Amino acid sequence: MPALLRTFLTSIRRSLPAILSVAVALAAWEIYVLVSGISALVLPAPSRVIGQIAANRALLWANTLPTLQATLTGFAFSLSLAFTLSVLIDFVPRLRRALFPVFVISQTLPLVAIAPLVVLWFGFGLTPKILLVALVTFFPMLIALVDGYESTEPEIEALLASMGASRAGIFRRARFPSAMPYFFGGLRISITYAVVAAIFAEYVGARSGLGIVILNAKNSFRPDLMLAAVVISSALTLALFGATALLQWLVLGWRQAGAVR
Amino acid sequence: MSALELSHIGLSLGGTPVLDDVSMHVASGEFVSILGPSGCGKSSLLRLLIRALQPDRGEILVGGALLEESPPAFAFMPQRDALMPWRRIIDNVILGLEVQGVRPAAARARVRPLFATFGLDGFEQHYPAQLSGGMRQRAALMRTIVQDRPVQLLDEPFGALDALTRTEMQRWLERRWQHARWTTVLVTHDVREAVALSDRIYVLSPRPARIIAEFAVPDRRPRLGRTLSPEAVRLEAALLDTLLTPTGDRS
Ligand SMILES: Nc1ncnc2c1ncn2[C@@H]1O[C@H](COP(=O)(O)OP(=O)(O)O)[C@@H](O)[C@H]1O
Ligand SMILES: [Mg+2]
Repeated sequence: MPALLRTFLTSIRRSLPAILSVAVALAAWEIYVLVSGISALVLPAPSRVIGQIAANRALLWANTLPTLQATLTGFAFSLSLAFTLSVLIDFVPRLRRALFPVFVISQTLPLVAIAPLVVLWFGFGLTPKILLVALVTFFPMLIALVDGYESTEPEIEALLASMGASRAGIFRRARFPSAMPYFFGGLRISITYAVVAAIFAEYVGARSGLGIVILNAKNSFRPDLMLAAVVISSALTLALFGATALLQWLVLGWRQAGAVR
Repeated sequence: MSALELSHIGLSLGGTPVLDDVSMHVASGEFVSILGPSGCGKSSLLRLLIRALQPDRGEILVGGALLEESPPAFAFMPQRDALMPWRRIIDNVILGLEVQGVRPAAARARVRPLFATFGLDGFEQHYPAQLSGGMRQRAALMRTIVQDRPVQLLDEPFGALDALTRTEMQRWLERRWQHARWTTVLVTHDVREAVALSDRIYVLSPRPARIIAEFAVPDRRPRLGRTLSPEAVRLEAALLDTLLTPTGDRS
């Protein structure tokens, strides 16, 4: 797929300034640590953090997998729930008024209080992580879908009705596709929240995961290992973000077609 | 027998009277225009026919049967083209057939030969955003025609086009119509367009709309691209007069 390759190369070229500014910041950091002679127990140099990633790669890898699993499972759970409810709300508008206040309140709960409770109730396994990821990502996805359905052009709906389409037919042929740009907008934001929520859940209580690596490193005064885990979690988030962008590019190909003319 | 007959239709929307006693008829194979100022209720009238709205008073007969009891009779072209931006042109064109239950592959095969006629040859796989305004309008018209319904309802199909493209599209529609003789109801506020394309013209008053005049167009077709006959010129003047002094006492 040469078009895909071209898009990829273009995005590399576009991100050059960003890569450059990050490199400059890292260099400044490295030089500061070198010149000031500050202890690695307070501020480790970037080179030391990278060294830690290499030295602890087995540990980091073993703990990245549970975080990735929690993120993806929790997000998949949240997505299926958001989609099912969005469809129900679309067909039974009264549900919207009944349910939205509950969801809005769920978004006001401070995670620092909820996370320990959820761990208390569901233990140190996968379940609390899934629930916390879902709590953070469910509402943004539901809003994206419901708003997306509402963005459907009324003329397109009238047209379908004039052709004899049922309400379900109108949903499938017009309302659902109209929601796709909104859906992907929500997806890109939510996937980054999902990783943060999974790590936070682990930090509060779990058997394994990047959150646990960060917790243990903190307790043994190892900022270099903490930062190594942070680098890995950022890389994980960026990879998932990139995957959603790719998916959007594949599904919403018609938008590129429009832009080219 | 009339393809379509409206008698004494009254309609209010949100407490506002929009249509006030509208009666008209359309014969099979006839091209009828409904001419009226913006906001007088032309689109609402079409929405009654596609049953997106219910009249408060009056009766609509389709091929002699009550609208509610007759099989689907109308192919509707909304005021904006309403092409789905995520569907390729050919998949937009087959939308009505798909809703009728025709399999997409069969529907595509059925409409493909028509692309040349509609000046869209080679654009089957394009997305609507890649087409010019005139081409999009032709695609929307094609989507209307291929449904093969007894009556075509066109709501200001060329209203959003620039003057040159509009003229080009009107000429094109005139030629197509002379070939095919689709029973057509055209809604417009453009006097020229109504005179150029119609067999008969109904003129609506401002809201609440009543029919204040009915004219038959005497000229022979094709009318566009030639000098209008003196009768047609007089008709244009009379229509403009009726629209500008909408008391209805001219007819
Ligand atoms: N839901 C509604 N409630 C109240 N007034 C409406 C509603 N829909 C349309 N109208 C009014 O009805 C009139 C006719 O609208 P429309 O049929 O779209 O006019 P036209 O197509 O002739 O420009 C307009 O003046 C509009 O403001
Ligand atoms: Mg209108």
